Amino acid sequence: MAHAATHDHHDAHHGAPSNFFTRWFMSTNHKDIGTLYLIFSLTAFFIGGSFAMVIRAELFKPGMQLVQPYFFNEMTTMHALVMIFGAIMPAFVGLGNWMIPLMIGAPDMALPRMNNLSFWILPFAFVLLLSTLFLPGGAPAGGWTMYPPLSLQSGSLAYAVFAIHLMGISSIMGAINIIATILNMRAPGMDLLKMPVFVWSWLITAFLLIAVMPVLAGAVTMLLTDKYFGTSFFNAAGGGDPVLYQHIFWFFGHPEVYIMILPAFGIISEIVPTFSRKPIFGYKAMVFAIAAIAFLSFIVWAHHMFAVGLPLGAEIFFMYATMLISVPTGIKVFNWVSTMWGGSLTFETPMLFAIAFIILFTIGGFSGLMLALVPADFQYHDTYFVVAHFHYVLVTGAAFAIMAATYYWLPKWTGQMYSEFWGKVHFWCSVIFVNVLFFPQHFLGLAGMPRRIPDYNVAFADFNMISSIGGFLFGASQLIFAGVVIHCAFFSKKKAADRVWEGARGLEWTVPSPAPHHTFELPPVIHDDELAHGHVED
Amino acid sequence: MGQQQGAYFVPVKSYWPIVAAVVMFLTVFGAAHWLNAEPGETGFGKTVITVGFIGILLMFFGWFRSVINESLAGKYDAQVDRSFRMGMMWFIFSEVMFFGAFFGALFYTRMFSVPWLGGEGHGVLTHQFLWGDYAAAWGAGGGNGPGNIGGNFQTVAPWGLPLLNTLILLTSSVTVTIAHHALKAGHRGKVLVFLGLTVLLGAVFVYAQAHEYMEAYHELNLTLHSGVYGSTFFMLTGFHGLHVTLGTIMLAIIWLRVLAGHFSRDHHFGFEAVAWYWHFVDVVWLGLFMFVYIL
Repeated sequence: MAHAATHDHHDAHHGAPSNFFTRWFMSTNHKDIGTLYLIFSLTAFFIGGSFAMVIRAELFKPGMQLVQPYFFNEMTTMHALVMIFGAIMPAFVGLGNWMIPLMIGAPDMALPRMNNLSFWILPFAFVLLLSTLFLPGGAPAGGWTMYPPLSLQSGSLAYAVFAIHLMGISSIMGAINIIATILNMRAPGMDLLKMPVFVWSWLITAFLLIAVMPVLAGAVTMLLTDKYFGTSFFNAAGGGDPVLYQHIFWFFGHPEVYIMILPAFGIISEIVPTFSRKPIFGYKAMVFAIAAIAFLSFIVWAHHMFAVGLPLGAEIFFMYATMLISVPTGIKVFNWVSTMWGGSLTFETPMLFAIAFIILFTIGGFSGLMLALVPADFQYHDTYFVVAHFHYVLVTGAAFAIMAATYYWLPKWTGQMYSEFWGKVHFWCSVIFVNVLFFPQHFLGLAGMPRRIPDYNVAFADFNMISSIGGFLFGASQLIFAGVVIHCAFFSKKKAADRVWEGARGLEWTVPSPAPHHTFELPPVIHDDELAHGHVED
Repeated sequence: MGQQQGAYFVPVKSYWPIVAAVVMFLTVFGAAHWLNAEPGETGFGKTVITVGFIGILLMFFGWFRSVINESLAGKYDAQVDRSFRMGMMWFIFSEVMFFGAFFGALFYTRMFSVPWLGGEGHGVLTHQFLWGDYAAAWGAGGGNGPGNIGGNFQTVAPWGLPLLNTLILLTSSVTVTIAHHALKAGHRGKVLVFLGLTVLLGAVFVYAQAHEYMEAYHELNLTLHSGVYGSTFFMLTGFHGLHVTLGTIMLAIIWLRVLAGHFSRDHHFGFEAVAWYWHFVDVVWLGLFMFVYIL
């Protein structure tokens, strides 16, 4: 089957082009474009991470020591924008690009040229966004949510808005491509309910992206016209309302946070069965849970705004709707645990990250459940408790899943094994220091320390120092990650087998390692026992 | 690159995507620089935006030309056709959501923020302390908020030009459908007549809309600055007008392609994509006519 998949029928376009410019700038190859996305994401991860280091350095002690308050605000804003739109989302798109065609037996993405455009917009969007750091007036500093009226005072608003427009166009095109690929390019026999959970999670994420990125574009366009063209959307004197922005923004923003976690659910649902040597427990329930979470994400947006002065009925509705999300999410967590139950487990680096994900993401989920309670949220709102919550779901959730996926599929991409020893060093450093970094922030928040400030009461000094030390060490640990990836790609001597992991199932393991430039130019023949989740009952 | 039975189609490499990324960047970079220029300052923003915009036009021309050539060469099989269809459908869905943001703003300000500023329900204290004199109303005499931003204005009467525009767009939807059926039946002359009629109706709509804007600005004092009424009115109708303009240009290009004989009875996705887009702007207009003009 491995050979059938890679029959060399198309000499004209077989193998990677030798010309550097042609290969990387004009690519129509999902693997090359996926690689570009992943390199871009890793770069943005370190840029955004360096901003976080500035934040933690300033917060190391109470009082102002290193940076000006305005610059501090630029750092918090840019850290968020770069990490969300530059690190997490492109990493998932890169993984989707690489793996979805391999997992469904397609030769490439459905619309390969648009795929290239989706990627190449991103570096330009980030040049536009990051250039504001060097322009008079400075970078956006009103928080990544860009609430008016504060954001309207920023001289660089237009740059940020246009950068977001570009990123939105990129995301929408990427999502359209993924939907078309999954719905149209599956090999014969790859029924929808035989697809790997990762593919399902991306299909649903893509729907979310197409539904909400245009809404964000609308919201920031209104900011732009309010600032430069005299409209009154967010100006109460003109009959508008700054809270309107928050509604529109969070109608985008809440599905957006699931855009950043659903593909992570998919990744974990691939890795846990592999290293448990068991098919995933409750495949259909896993798929339907993702769909349910996606649906609920559209009707919970105002839980980000409990303290803004909503009518009581709205607060109660959004509170209960938000709490409902824990039902499908709980199904997923229980199913991952049940998959491991009775399995013959081994603990290679991807599995370690996956288990850490399950435990630490669940902590982030629980603090989210606490934040869903309106009366409690009045206390927690805009404190470090919120910061701790969303870093547990985004760092130990999304970022850990991306790292798990990288270790899991890196041998397939490069044809060589990474260093298991250094992978484990990276894992243990990351998992310890990320908790040193973020766990104390729960207590800081509960004690009332507000977020987005460069200085604080001396009462918060000790926990902040611990958190900063954890932050520096967590940041340094990621250099190990970069080292492991570079070593694996260029220097590793250990060849990877086609089926890299003993327990791995799915089409991606039937092609050689490294995956040839073109795969599945003829549709593969699909045998159900090769699929990740075994036989699905109808 | 010959197609084999059962093999997938993967297009050859193209420089248009990277060109597209560059010209899109130039356009928005120029726009951002232009918006931030000091009054009276002659920055390079306008030059960059012009270069970028011309670049976008050339990029569309070049990219579509290469796709059309590939299509005419018979390289696209049924699977590629389905991918194109899905791409267009989801693109239109994203457009729907974009308009949704502005319709949402309209509903929120009408239903909540303006009545609250007038003291209803939630906003009683804001009203009492800041704008005790303000009586909430939508449209003339209140729609521009308690600050009377932009000064007194009058609204556009729905049963004049807007009604005419509604009829124009509805008619154009019918004519484009007749053209589609004619295309399927292989009557090219009839296609050209009815598609040409659709283009004409689109152009008349845009002209009438421009006329309405002139009247609003010069006689009704209804401008983009007229508080949130003016903001929602012009942003919604403006974005819609932009889409009609784009749609008309697309229809005109399709008309030329029909003339050039690019379409066959069962292979004419370009025509259908533009027709879908046209129906979409039509439906958006019905929403506008209802919620912006009548109610």
